[in-house]
Amino acid sequence: MTKENLIKGLWWKLLGFLLLLYAVIYGFIVPIPETMISGSLRNVFYHVGMWFGMFAMLTTSFIFSLRYLRGFREKEDVVAVEAANVGILFGFLGLITGMIWAKNTWGAFWVRDPKLDGAAVGMFIYLAYMVLRGSIDDTHKRAKVSAVFNIFAFILWIVFVLVLPRMSGSTIHPDQDGAPIMALDLSATTRIVFYPAMVGWILLGFWIMNLRVRIRKLGMRNEA
Amino acid sequence: MLVKEVKALIGKDIKLELKQKYVLNGILLYLLSTVFVTYLAFEEVITTETWNSLFWIILLFVGVNGISKSFVQESPARYIYYYTIASPQAVVLSKILYNLLLMAILSLLSFGMFLLLMGNQVVNTGLFILALILGSFGLSSILTMVAAIASRASNNFSLMAVLSFPIILPLLLTLMKISRLALTSPEWPGTAGPLVILLTINLAVIILAYLLFPYLWRD
Repeated sequence: MTKENLIKGLWWKLLGFLLLLYAVIYGFIVPIPETMISGSLRNVFYHVGMWFGMFAMLTTSFIFSLRYLRGFREKEDVVAVEAANVGILFGFLGLITGMIWAKNTWGAFWVRDPKLDGAAVGMFIYLAYMVLRGSIDDTHKRAKVSAVFNIFAFILWIVFVLVLPRMSGSTIHPDQDGAPIMALDLSATTRIVFYPAMVGWILLGFWIMNLRVRIRKLGMRNEA
Repeated sequence: MLVKEVKALIGKDIKLELKQKYVLNGILLYLLSTVFVTYLAFEEVITTETWNSLFWIILLFVGVNGISKSFVQESPARYIYYYTIASPQAVVLSKILYNLLLMAILSLLSFGMFLLLMGNQVVNTGLFILALILGSFGLSSILTMVAAIASRASNNFSLMAVLSFPIILPLLLTLMKISRLALTSPEWPGTAGPLVILLTINLAVIILAYLLFPYLWRD
């Protein structure tokens, strides 16, 4: 990578870093509304960020799988798999932060809720995607077959996550009825942390993905 | 052209199945013995809810078993031959329709076994039969696609379950919701919402199968 490229790719990484620094520091200072869950509301800046990051990563993986099937370029398969990897990482972090929060506010680590079901199903799908990749030896065949699975599974997962919860209409998460996310308990003051934090987490996801893609490409060049 | 190819391929599958009867007999016996095992295991606790859950879970497992062989049953050389004479769309549509036939038979048989052993809990038979037909179609199309994916990898069988269970959930939960309605009230109003979702899922899966299968078919 030339020096120019390095600077060109630097600004968004720096931006993500600064936004998260802001969210981590100011997230603990900002005045929050008095609710039943009091101070633990601050977790919204971190826990929800994991879901935003996961969603962004899995969508990226889906898009690059589509692009792979159009031109069969190995580069795009590498992005698809690494985006899925980072998506899984964020997904598990979201589950862990959510479980700790749930234990303290709802009284149990796991409760029956469409949002939790959707998250768990997403993890199952992408772990299965990794198992599928592991069981095909030929590189091109692996890329092609796993891209097909990724597209097929992602669309059905979207149906599961976005459509079915509206049907059952009984989530204990606060963002019911398709209202703007967290509108119920985010005051204007908390929003000045919430939105930057979300952008920060997504950018962090892209940064990790970017590094992993570069490592893998170096590995591929060594083999060749 | 497509219709002709699909017809010929379905005919071929039916002939093949009738010739190698042990595969079909195997899956029928699998269904019967699974229903019987659950009947003995759940004897005391058959409520409407358990009836519903058991019915669809058994059907899911039977479907995974019955459909997993779809693309590994014949020799690889013969698939190369089909590749030269039929379009991939015709292949996948014929497999989906063939598996729909299989699933419809299996689900009706399963329903019959449930009636015999665990009593009739269905109060809206029309709706339940509709759920069976649409469910057979959905199960057949999703599982056919997953079978095609799994057939391209080694360790085909466990992969089939691992890949299909999470992605079949939107379909399965909608089906269970509709059939719960059929088990609890004879009324039709209120069933339109889930039925529309079920149809949408089926349509989406068919379109995806039609578009994506060609990538699995050629190497």
